Amino acid sequence: MQSTRKEIINQLQKEILLLQGFKPPAPDNSGGLGLGPVEQAFPNGVFPTGAIHEFLGFEQEHSAAFGGFIAGILGKLMLQGSVCLWISMSRTVFPPALKSFGIEPDRVIFIDVKRERDILWATEEALKCDALSAVVAEVADMNFMQSRRLQLAVEQSKVTGFILRTDARKLTANICVARWQITPQPSVLEDGMPGVGFPRWNVELLKVRNGNPGAWVMQWADAGFTTITPEIEQVVQHQRILKVV
Amino acid sequence: MQKRFVSIWFRYLKTDWLTIRRPELKEVPFVFTLPDRGRIMITAANKLAEAEGAAAGMPVADAKAVVPGLQVFDDKEGRDAKLLKGIGEWCIKYTPIIAIEHPDGLVFDITGCAHIWGGERAYLKEVITRIKSKGYDVRAAMADTAGAAFAIARFGRVKAIIEPGGHLQALMALPTAALRLDDAVLQRLKKLGLHQIKSFVNMPRSVLRRRFGEGLLLRLGQALGYADEVLTPLHVIPPYYERLPCLEPIRTATGIEIAITRLLEALCTRLQSEGNGMHLARLTCYRVDGKVQQVQIGTNRATYNVPHLFKLFELKIAGIAPALGIELFVLEALKVEEVTLQQDALWAATSGLDDAGVIELLDRLAGKVGAESILRYLPNEHYWPERSIKKALSLQENPATDWRTDRPRPTQLLARPEPVEVSAPIPDYPPMLFIYKGKRHAIKKADGPERIEREWWIDEGEHRDYYNVEDENGCRYWLFRSGHYAGTKGNQWFIHGFFA
Repeated sequence: MQSTRKEIINQLQKEILLLQGFKPPAPDNSGGLGLGPVEQAFPNGVFPTGAIHEFLGFEQEHSAAFGGFIAGILGKLMLQGSVCLWISMSRTVFPPALKSFGIEPDRVIFIDVKRERDILWATEEALKCDALSAVVAEVADMNFMQSRRLQLAVEQSKVTGFILRTDARKLTANICVARWQITPQPSVLEDGMPGVGFPRWNVELLKVRNGNPGAWVMQWADAGFTTITPEIEQVVQHQRILKVV
Repeated sequence: MQKRFVSIWFRYLKTDWLTIRRPELKEVPFVFTLPDRGRIMITAANKLAEAEGAAAGMPVADAKAVVPGLQVFDDKEGRDAKLLKGIGEWCIKYTPIIAIEHPDGLVFDITGCAHIWGGERAYLKEVITRIKSKGYDVRAAMADTAGAAFAIARFGRVKAIIEPGGHLQALMALPTAALRLDDAVLQRLKKLGLHQIKSFVNMPRSVLRRRFGEGLLLRLGQALGYADEVLTPLHVIPPYYERLPCLEPIRTATGIEIAITRLLEALCTRLQSEGNGMHLARLTCYRVDGKVQQVQIGTNRATYNVPHLFKLFELKIAGIAPALGIELFVLEALKVEEVTLQQDALWAATSGLDDAGVIELLDRLAGKVGAESILRYLPNEHYWPERSIKKALSLQENPATDWRTDRPRPTQLLARPEPVEVSAPIPDYPPMLFIYKGKRHAIKKADGPERIEREWWIDEGEHRDYYNVEDENGCRYWLFRSGHYAGTKGNQWFIHGFFA
């Protein structure tokens, strides 16, 4: 009796996870977004698509880092020929830069709304459209109920939503599966080399529903994410020394 | 289909009109007059006045001498046209195509209309009795061509309905004036002794053309049916048009929704059967108080999908003020285009910019936030950052050139470069620090310069030397110096973007 109840609870939990966008891992371990250890922080070790992710980007520098990071993810999410929407009020995203993060900028449709309240309406409408691969929205204010509406929309359509919160004072509890913060990190170059290196970020998962929050340093190089751990750094340094010798 | 026309001739148009308004004039001879070259000329005379010898074109002084007790009223320019237009609009129930035949007639194109009234005889009888009951004295005729109908109505003596193909025979005995010819041509025909149509209708065309000009041949052709005659209808009916009159005025949003659905269903069924779709549609709501409310929707692609079009209208319902109620809804498709047959296939899931779902979504968004807010960019062949992208004109437009990735470009670009204070050690070196929005950034790493020349054929100004810099916190910026190093003179440094 005890064991069956446990099984039932497990089963129900799995179903809830599925509804929230957490899928069981694919048998051949494909379908990842190349985020490495970050994906392990989510339940089942799979990055939840068909869910709402919240990103904090209160400063322009952080928004820029978000732009790069999200473009890297979108590049993996957007299948051949599919499109995504970028909804914002005062947009500063520069489309040509997205190309270097692996997406065709002409397949991003920008919606520049004029009123704050239209952003959430447009986002909800867009999330209902299953023909899109993802929707990015820059939102200042979103309350619990509004986030719930977005979640209901994605449960139907399986579109992934990325919400960039631009106002720190209006941050409230909501239903998003994860809260991220992407902050730029100093790039690292080989010793003695001048210039600026590959984009490098501190990727923080502040909240994950049913998962483990954490922080990682990631770098975008050669059309993919690399997670920088102290060991990797050391190995790289060592190889460089060997090369020099 | 065999073309059929009805010509209606109002013999006493203006005087009948006045008699209807003032019945006491029924027994009085009266005329309308207009001053012409210093004389007062008669423009119209009623039946009694005409019987006693007064006629249009006669000086009123002469007429007064002939007709005792003649009453004279002032005429007004254009009154006949106005009257004919009014009568023509009233007759619109008989046929959709009604044209005015100046100065005193109407032409109906009744092709395919007569059977609704129980045949041609019943139709003509109905039209004549209805107009006569209003008080107008009319003569009407029906024939295969507008020209023949005109001639029979005015000069025919035998019968009013000329059976199909019989118009040549019927025209034979009519006078030349029945052909709607110029006065000069009529005079010449008369001089030559050609009083009836039959006396010249069989002459060779070249002879007629040489003697009387092209006009006669055209009119003859129009009467006999081998030259085209274009009627200018009173009302050009919009090709895709649906109306819904309401028994009770509609005041609620639900009512408006039902009306829109009904109209859309009717219009879209027709569009679909013809293989067309609408691009632009307008809903006009006529209110009880005489005001008119209009809303308009546009789509990215021609469509006849009712649920989708309804969703677009649904967004606009809030903008319709019904006030005391709406009594008539009219839906017009202003722009109609052929729908490619693959549309049905597209309804199934495909991905990308051609996807029906995406297009419908964009239609809805455009309806609410405006079509100008929806932007898509294509690469433009300019190095100057502000000009390196251009707006795509349509969803289907593809990039003509590849997106460039050989130069670093920031993910965030400021709409206008903002000035920053810097300290640079030596000319052409990246700055050591810069102050932006009151915050000091010490630069640890830098790349550059990338010199971008201003395109002098587009605008004038200094070139820019761009530096890609990273501060002590790891934030990356795009700075530039405008023009060459100029010592301490002025602030030359700007921030233009933020790298990822």
